[in-house]
Amino acid sequence: MEQGVIVIGAGQAASTAVETLRKEGFTGEITLVGDEPELPYSRPPLSKKFLAGELAEERLLLKAQSFYDSHQVRLRLGTRATQLSTQTRTVTLDTGETLNYSKLLLCTGSSPRRVSVPGHDLQGIHYLRSKSDVARLAHELTANRRIVIVGAGYIGLEVAATCRQLGLQVDVLEMAERIMNRVVASPVSDFFAQEHAKAGVNIHTRHSLAGFLADPQGRVCAVQTTDGAQWPADLVLVGVGGLPNTELAARAGLTIDNGVAVDLYCQTSDPDVYAAGDCANQFSTHYQRRLRLESVDNAFEQAKTAAQNLLGKSLAHDKIPWFWSDQYDLKLLISGINMDFDQGVLRGDPSTRSFTYCYLRGNELLAVDCINQAKDYMASKRLIADRTSMDLMRLADISVPLREATAQG
Amino acid sequence: MAELVIVDRDGAEHRVEGKAGVSLMETLREMDYGVAAICGGMCSCATCHIYVDETWLSRLPAPQGDELELLQELTSRRPTSRLCCQVEFTPALDGLKVAIAPDE
Ligand SMILES: Cc1cc2nc3c(=O)[nH]c(=O)nc-3n(C[C@H](O)[C@H](O)[C@H](O)COP(=O)(O)OP(=O)(O)OC[C@H]3O[C@@H](n4cnc5c(N)ncnc54)[C@H](O)[C@@H]3O)c2cc1C
Ligand code: FES
Repeated sequence: MEQGVIVIGAGQAASTAVETLRKEGFTGEITLVGDEPELPYSRPPLSKKFLAGELAEERLLLKAQSFYDSHQVRLRLGTRATQLSTQTRTVTLDTGETLNYSKLLLCTGSSPRRVSVPGHDLQGIHYLRSKSDVARLAHELTANRRIVIVGAGYIGLEVAATCRQLGLQVDVLEMAERIMNRVVASPVSDFFAQEHAKAGVNIHTRHSLAGFLADPQGRVCAVQTTDGAQWPADLVLVGVGGLPNTELAARAGLTIDNGVAVDLYCQTSDPDVYAAGDCANQFSTHYQRRLRLESVDNAFEQAKTAAQNLLGKSLAHDKIPWFWSDQYDLKLLISGINMDFDQGVLRGDPSTRSFTYCYLRGNELLAVDCINQAKDYMASKRLIADRTSMDLMRLADISVPLREATAQG
Repeated sequence: MAELVIVDRDGAEHRVEGKAGVSLMETLREMDYGVAAICGGMCSCATCHIYVDETWLSRLPAPQGDELELLQELTSRRPTSRLCCQVEFTPALDGLKVAIAPDE
């Protein structure tokens, strides 16, 4: 039997991987196994334009069917990989078939973290990850209904914005003291809280989920928080983070460390198995820490690296990560990872709805959050990668281009 | 059918049918020699950078807003630079010639 590359998971990372394999001149067999019935598609619009009904379904596709045909990619969609054996180099599918590989790439992504409080399985409680989740959610989004969103992270807040646009009443419950708590500093979080309030979203921080209450038909009718308060709801969206899909890898005995552990080359603890995207946990030499990122950029860059390396190259991935989120007409662009910052500098005035928040360690620029500030965002990439020392006075002055706010002048 | 003429990074010319009514990016990202378009057309990544052939430049509306800001920071920027996710392809642009800009 002819052997080749098998890619498990048919999402963002997988799409980049098959494209890269062919671009690099690989002529062997490529099999793409994905449990969703769809060709790889783009997830970001699922909480934004697609949810709002403003984007046609076929425009979500990362590549059309003709791409896979002309690049001879064997598609096994609607099929789940249930077992992996690194000894025999085989993958078992839920159809019972067993496929052989010479190299395997895990692009299994992540899943929404599920809550297990009383009432968690009532009708009308939603999560958002896939097109089928949108199919269930979208027809419930009609004007004047009440949605309670549990969790004020990106997905929760993007859905809140979309729901206001569609005329729903929106309450957001967040356990932390501020929204987007884990990812941005308070000036940025305060700014977004104000924008949501202006748009009519009711944000309730310091409220922890205790359970869901049912109406006589067994459908959710309210959310209860640990202080005893009840929040009436016609439907609920839970957005409390994601967990890497590591089941297959773990059962195969691969090293797991909040994700499938990979080295700088995207190689797992087995030399014939690589991993990329939301499911992978990789050491960053720039930030000197392990990172598991859930972003399109990360899926793209890791998949590209993995595909090249499994064909025999040895390219380390250490690009500065970036991310975006759209809420209303606000475009948040983030570059870098702010985790170890010890001081923050605000550039510009949030009331103008265009500003940048810079995260530094000492004078070194680690990361930036740019709100309607594409220019700073673009300029930041090189400054962060080069570990540039910034001049804090000039940095705080938005009239000084970011590129020129360096310590050297 | 409206055609696009694409000059790849090696200087080779390709004639392809352009998808009308959507951005050029949606045609170019399917090509092996095309653009990465990582953000999928949200004008957030600048990985869909192209140069428009000078004879066609005046037929396209000028870049604005975020597109202009992103373009200004690219080292490979030229006066003919565009982010192709912000350029709508229409049958009236039959024959439009663009070149793929280098990776940054
Ligand atoms: C609503 C939403 C909005 C987002 N917005 C943004 C944004 O604005 N900006 C941004 O940068 N990122 C955003 N993201 C994150 C981004 O979409 C992900 O980081 C990206 O899709 C990760 O790609 P991936 O290939 O690792 O995983 P995925 O795209 O999730 O693909 C993994 C696939 O593998 C399948 N799979 C898993 N296990 C198996 C198995 N055993 N057998 C077969 N198939 C399997 C899964 O079902 C899935 O189809 C958003 C995500 C969501 C859900
Ligand atoms: S596709 Fe990202 S800016 Fe055009």
